[in-house]
Amino acid sequence: MTALQLVALVLTALGGAAVVLTPDPLRQTLVLGIYGLVLTFLFFTFQAPDVALSEIVVCTVGLPLIILAALRKIRRQDRGREQDGEE
Amino acid sequence: MSRRFRLGLFALAGPGLAVVLLLGMHGLPAFGHFRGLYGVLANRLEPPLRHATDIVTALNFDLRAFDTLGEEFILFGSVSGVALLLRQLRDEHKDERNRDVADHRFADASDALRVTSLILIPLAFALGAYVVVHGQLTPGGGFQGGVVLAAGPIAILLAGRYFALKALAPAWALEALDSIGAGAYALIGLGGLIFASVYLQNFLPLGTPGKLLSAGTMPLNSLAVGIEVTGAFLLTWTEFLDQALIVERGAR
Repeated sequence: MTALQLVALVLTALGGAAVVLTPDPLRQTLVLGIYGLVLTFLFFTFQAPDVALSEIVVCTVGLPLIILAALRKIRRQDRGREQDGEE
Repeated sequence: MSRRFRLGLFALAGPGLAVVLLLGMHGLPAFGHFRGLYGVLANRLEPPLRHATDIVTALNFDLRAFDTLGEEFILFGSVSGVALLLRQLRDEHKDERNRDVADHRFADASDALRVTSLILIPLAFALGAYVVVHGQLTPGGGFQGGVVLAAGPIAILLAGRYFALKALAPAWALEALDSIGAGAYALIGLGGLIFASVYLQNFLPLGTPGKLLSAGTMPLNSLAVGIEVTGAFLLTWTEFLDQALIVERGAR
């Protein structure tokens, strides 16, 4: 095992824990994006550039975008309900 | 379930899982010593037989082309499901003149961000197209290139022009891309049935290894997958963004 692979494995373990331990969903999404980059690095050091190429877009653009859109929708609905309650 | 009960459950199950895992891992081969023959055989057979230099693509589009057909339609089915679930309901309406979205006040895009996004768009298109057409030569291929291609237009959203993104990539065009790509892959397979009497068999001339047009049907397969993935990802994203930005509750 090379030093780079070892670094990638350690970073993956730390990154995964960081994602789980982040409490606020909005921040969690950003941490998840960074974790995606760490995973990309992991795949690259383990000689899987094909997977790394998919991972870099799916985990840093694709997934966060969907989660952020869903979070915004939920917030808007909550706000709408509060306004309905006041009327 | 209370927190204490859950922790107690974990205290029981955690060590059990650890023991089973350790027992299971004990018999594994050492790091970097895989005993299977599959990889060795694929590496030896694919370059001379199919003139492909990227074995992962050769696996996807040749040795396991039928698996890829299944994956194609899994993607197609799941994107159709997303589009169906996020459709505009009877008690919802689209607020096309949502001023927040039109002026991009929803994310406070600075001029620096807009310029950066503008630079990112052609770069993503160029890289995506390169990765799609060089699938059989270098790491990459239809799926990888397709997601990069789909990420290009998303830079328009970053630049604060969601309606420009909708104009560039309207839903009907994305649906067409998704369907044409999925259909084309199945039709290329049918070509194998007609010209080589085996479904998804390579039936085109193999060309010189390392050249852009080599490895028979693989570049075509890669292109079909690339088109489908681009359409599928953009369709999913715009469906979600539509819901987040312009679909409002209550009938108009």
